[in-house]
Amino acid sequence: MINAVGRDIPNYLLKDGKEVYQGKFYMDGKYIQKVAPKTVRYEKPQESKIVATIVDALKQCGAKSGMTFSFHHHLRNGDYVANMVMEAAVRELGLCDLTIAATSLGEANDPIAEYIEEGKVIGLQTSGIRGKIGDVVSKGKLKTPAIIRSHGGRPRAIEAGEVHIDIAFVAAPTSDCVGNCRGIGGKSNCGSLGYAMTDARYADKVVVVTDCLVDFPNYPASVEAIDVDAVVVVDSIGNPAKIASAAARISKNPRDLMMAENVAKVIASTPYFKDGFSFQTGVGGPSLAANLFLERFMDKRNIKMGWAIGGICGPMVELLKKGKVGKVIDVQDFDLDAVNSINQTPGHFEMSASQYANPANKGAFVNKLDFVVLAALEIDTNFNVNVLTGSDGVLRGAPGGHPDTAAGSKCCIIVTPLIRGRMATVCEHVVTVTTPGDCVDVLVTDYGIAVNPLRPDIIECLDNAHIPHVSIESLKEKAYSIVGRPDDLEWEDNVVAVLEARDGTILDVVRQIRPYKV
Amino acid sequence: MIPRPRPRRFRLRRTMMFMNAQKPGLIKDAYIYGCDSIMLDLEDAVAENQKDAARFSLYHALKTIDYGNTEVIVRINGLDTPHWQEDIRVCVAGGADGIRIAKCESAQDVITVENAVLAAEKEFGVEEGRTLLMAALESPKGIINAYEICTASKRMFGVAISGGDFRRCMGTHFQRDGVDLLVARGQMLIAARAAGIQCFDTVFTDLDDDEGFEAELLQNKAMGFDGKSLINPKQIRPVHDLLAPTEKEVLWAKKVVEAYREQSAAGVGVFTVDGKMIDIAFIPGAERTLRLAKACGMYDGDLV
Repeated sequence: MINAVGRDIPNYLLKDGKEVYQGKFYMDGKYIQKVAPKTVRYEKPQESKIVATIVDALKQCGAKSGMTFSFHHHLRNGDYVANMVMEAAVRELGLCDLTIAATSLGEANDPIAEYIEEGKVIGLQTSGIRGKIGDVVSKGKLKTPAIIRSHGGRPRAIEAGEVHIDIAFVAAPTSDCVGNCRGIGGKSNCGSLGYAMTDARYADKVVVVTDCLVDFPNYPASVEAIDVDAVVVVDSIGNPAKIASAAARISKNPRDLMMAENVAKVIASTPYFKDGFSFQTGVGGPSLAANLFLERFMDKRNIKMGWAIGGICGPMVELLKKGKVGKVIDVQDFDLDAVNSINQTPGHFEMSASQYANPANKGAFVNKLDFVVLAALEIDTNFNVNVLTGSDGVLRGAPGGHPDTAAGSKCCIIVTPLIRGRMATVCEHVVTVTTPGDCVDVLVTDYGIAVNPLRPDIIECLDNAHIPHVSIESLKEKAYSIVGRPDDLEWEDNVVAVLEARDGTILDVVRQIRPYKV
Repeated sequence: MIPRPRPRRFRLRRTMMFMNAQKPGLIKDAYIYGCDSIMLDLEDAVAENQKDAARFSLYHALKTIDYGNTEVIVRINGLDTPHWQEDIRVCVAGGADGIRIAKCESAQDVITVENAVLAAEKEFGVEEGRTLLMAALESPKGIINAYEICTASKRMFGVAISGGDFRRCMGTHFQRDGVDLLVARGQMLIAARAAGIQCFDTVFTDLDDDEGFEAELLQNKAMGFDGKSLINPKQIRPVHDLLAPTEKEVLWAKKVVEAYREQSAAGVGVFTVDGKMIDIAFIPGAERTLRLAKACGMYDGDLV
């Protein structure tokens, strides 16, 4: 069945009420029946929930084959916890037919690819899928199609019971003996634990894995002891150097800076750019540099930013400390400046992924967002964005909060160079639609700016501010004129990943890639 | 093959950005930054044993990249080197808009280059007189002979001072107040204006000194320069911003040109605008202001 972004969704996936994507806000006003976990009562006072090893924790939680384990990715490319747990489950306890429900998976989780190839792990639900896991899933090695969701789509699916977590694992930089967790105060700090919050509340069992046990009560707690079954203390939960980079620096690349300046100009031309406006930006070169130019426009107009959300790193913390933004609230911290600021700098708070981006609650933060600045691997002439699959069709990315912020914000700006190496970023059809074009308003490239024709109001703003803009078709033609038009990818029939829109409908599917023959 | 329109001798040239003609990553799309002219360098940026490779890179860039409205100038090697003749053949064959003569010291230098350019135009079937020239004055002799250089050829559209070499010749170095180049800049400006061609200031090399750059720009503007040579895209915006006319200036220029067109159609030569006497002498200045305003996105009328 063809959906609203023109993708053919196989009918066999449309069962149990599953629908194809119908356009943004299709589910508005509908009801959701939330599920509740079945959890054990610890009525009698306990001295401690500490167990000796991960294997002991798995045994205590009744781990068995066929279960779903959840993980969160705050330790990013430094994460050891998902690998340790899966190794214990598969190698030591001999479990199989497992499903991993992770907020994201990266190259740090490469060892898990082996369990997929062996058929021990048969299901994956994640936002990000990269490295060896992306390769084996693209080759059709996972028994069931992986389900890719946005950061807002995941808590929605958990609350709706579409994914039932048997055991959630919380990688905690600090925990006390009963499981109050924080992202700071230890040796592997990550700051916010926002993505772990929904998991902890909706899982039947919750295991905290920490490398820094602190005195009770570890407060204010990000994940509370009332949801925790067991605490395991290990030598190390992750590699600090890969968890949070040193301060993210604003690019000096003139191309990034030019695009960033144009992003700021577009923002400043709209009526939403007024005192108290709200903002989110990414950490890529031009996205992050937008902070710098935006600050200049704010100074010039003598206005302040009301609040910022994200993924947060140093430059936004700097703005907070300078008093140029009222509040910074985040689900994740990307560098040490942000890690050391959250819940420390006045005005810098933590929030859950549901509060951040869930489309099925009563109004997430993204719905109040004025501007979001996002990157893209590809964007097509209908403004559909791909941030999941590479030009070779292999899974190597993450929707993250991209579709959520794009749909919720008043003005969504995609910033990307027109070409990367010899690939056209602006193209006729993206490999996979991860953010639908009806959510994307403006495209800023190094070769020009294009506005979605769905937004004549923004076109007028740019014209009034004398900001030149062109059609997205002309940008595509320019890109093809430089690097040529690529051949279409060739696919097998079987679906290796289902890309869910944030509202739970099916936006696109990724099929197995057919090996290239010369 | 990208056919370029016939170069215009007089056009807006606020910013001329230098880049090594041998660096594909730089030259493939340098126009995106919005400078008025790009200056592809075959001279100092290219190592002695790479001159030939740089010419090939330059030729293919000129033939395959669509630089659009951005002017494409090439800085050739000095007349005291074995490279300049071949440089000129490549520029003309590739269809560059103009050539910057390095270390120009006399009218004869301009004539020597012009003869070689004409020969190349004939050789490659390029329209004769198409290729423009500008001269870089880099020595005291060049400054002394500025006027004869400026008037040496109909192809000449401007002169520029090259601060590094000139300071070396004079035994001085960069001064924040510009006193090191003050006389040379002044003499070159006077010569260029007397000859009716454009005049460009030297590069500012400290990319981290935003204040110093701005101070130099303000002095350039006060002295009457048309534009400046640049070494990095980040320098473009400040030049365009500082050289932009004020809104008041644009409004005034618009009134003057409109009134002039009206009055001259009615056979009146001298008239007043807002109580000020205006005659034909004011018109080129007012039109220049409007052209500048148009380039800066401050004016979109059809008077210029």
